[in-house]
Amino acid sequence: MKIAVQEADFDVGVELAALTRGQPAVGACASFVGYVRDRNDGAAVAAMTLEHYPGMTEKALATIVDEARGRWALLDVTVIHRVGRLDIGDQIVLVAVTSAHRGEAFAACEFIMDYLKTRAPFWKREETPEGARWVDARETDDVAAGRWEN
Amino acid sequence: MTVTVLYFAALKEALGVSSESLALSPGVATVADLRAHLAARGEAWAQLASFKNLRCAVNQDMVPLTAAVKEGDEVAFFPPVTGG
Repeated sequence: MKIAVQEADFDVGVELAALTRGQPAVGACASFVGYVRDRNDGAAVAAMTLEHYPGMTEKALATIVDEARGRWALLDVTVIHRVGRLDIGDQIVLVAVTSAHRGEAFAACEFIMDYLKTRAPFWKREETPEGARWVDARETDDVAAGRWEN
Repeated sequence: MTVTVLYFAALKEALGVSSESLALSPGVATVADLRAHLAARGEAWAQLASFKNLRCAVNQDMVPLTAAVKEGDEVAFFPPVTGG
């Protein structure tokens, strides 16, 4: 398991290779990458800054990954989340999951992202033509996370 | 009882402080008590009581406002998270 909170960019190819190379039990690897978009809630976005709660962030991510491992037969998980100032098109987050079969990998990857969005202490501040603004949490994110509770 | 209180994101900006060490009276037993104590400081602090969907963590675990606060705890207040 790899959990990293860092300013530096990451190389998806390198990370996926690290999860799968020399692992003969791996039959599936599902991954998600989030990027900085140029528009949000009707406004042009020029860049954004990600703040986090050092210490709690790593702990929250580890708890989310542990819960995923308890639900599905996973072989390994990598979560990398960037902080600091990011430009349009920059990678924000990587979640990658390996398992024997695709079903577990797809489900666990989505679960980890849904929980990350509602339980890991990161906050986005966007730069727009009208000035900087904190991104509001979306109700749809709570709904997405809530569907795993049954 | 002394606790460390942390503020993040929009809340930190509104309050103009990111962390403080706070000596509390014995009457403060829960996160909700602590919030009420802080909100009574006036002006910007009053919004702690009205802040929509205010989240809190004790010792780096998210907890409801009813959670207990004890000597040496690290209590954090922040808006709903928006990472990913």
